[in-house]
Amino acid sequence: MYEIATLSIFISIVLILVRLFLGPTLYDRVLAVNSFGTVTVLLIGVLGFLTGRPDFLDIAILYALINFISTIAILKFFRYRALGLDSAYTDESIDASTPDDASQPTRSQEIPHD
Amino acid sequence: MIDWLTPYIDPALDVASWICFIIGGFYLIVGSIGMIRLPDFWARLHGAGVVDTLATELFILGMILQSGWSIVTIKLVLIGVFLFFTSPTSTHAVANAAWLAGIRPKNMKQQAPLTGNQEKSS
Amino acid sequence: MLHAIGLGLGLSALWLLLSGFFEPLLLSLGLVSVVLCVYLAHRMDVVDHETIPLHIGYGIISYFVWLTVEVAKANWAVTKVILSPKMVLNQSFITVPTDQSDDLGRVIYANSITLTPGTITVEIEPGSFLVHALTDDAADMEALADMGARVTAIEGNA
Repeated sequence: MYEIATLSIFISIVLILVRLFLGPTLYDRVLAVNSFGTVTVLLIGVLGFLTGRPDFLDIAILYALINFISTIAILKFFRYRALGLDSAYTDESIDASTPDDASQPTRSQEIPHD
Repeated sequence: MIDWLTPYIDPALDVASWICFIIGGFYLIVGSIGMIRLPDFWARLHGAGVVDTLATELFILGMILQSGWSIVTIKLVLIGVFLFFTSPTSTHAVANAAWLAGIRPKNMKQQAPLTGNQEKSS
Repeated sequence: MLHAIGLGLGLSALWLLLSGFFEPLLLSLGLVSVVLCVYLAHRMDVVDHETIPLHIGYGIISYFVWLTVEVAKANWAVTKVILSPKMVLNQSFITVPTDQSDDLGRVIYANSITLTPGTITVEIEPGSFLVHALTDDAADMEALADMGARVTAIEGNA
């Protein structure tokens, strides 16, 4: 039964990866990465049961936590171009519609280390 | 009193897990197909919603039924509760970021209502 | 203070459930980490009725059971849309009024709307949500208002 579950998870992962590479906008890709993370949590859990070692679930818990935080962090970075606290409240830096703009300011000056 | 039930419990749990995995796998693949087939970003959000909600919880329920009463069950319940609370939050974060970036659906029925953030979205 | 104690008890329960060891050394290390976490949360000034919602009663459990059934129904509706050969989409943005009194109730309501496939909360404004609906069936104002009334009910029973 775990083989069937693993197979359906793999099919789902392939389809999500197709969307990840096709995705016309940045937000399609972020959405695909988020779903990919959710499915990966399931895959880790099912693989633990498949190999008879459910201890893998600790890794699955951690992956679920990191997946959520990374989604929020990616979105925050592309909206404010920085992850620090100060720059989060300057609305001038909202430029998410052109994520391919490579002319970023030097990041080390923008992130406050407090 | 329930001694006569004992030989039937494990097969019953197996059948229940099979049902959970098969329905969950169905929804997982349907949601992924939706992420491929649906025409634009706003529709794909709902395909991802199918993957994130019912498919995930059904898989976790299937694993819970197989784990018996142990620490594994508690960890699975924790994963399920955590995904139940965070998946709508991250979906909302993606949707809100796309809205502020000015991405709108194709072939929308009506014009979007004016909001306070229209001038920011440009 | 009550919220700090609640946070400490919750963290202790989480630590015990995740570790599964009951030796004195590990228990004392767990106690130290719980106290450190409560101190850090207090220093970050996030220990209040929003982060530790002690006032939400048992009503939330029956609400989640009801919500699960709604999520299952909405999933089936979206599945029919995805698998139909000619997808009939009618996307729209609707404005849903909210009458919850505090932020926690609004968060529960917004997350419930997002959790049911077919509707997604896009923007949160004072007194209303902007909701994206996939089809005409999903853009059902009465069902959304019914969900909002249930959230207000569990909030009111505090």
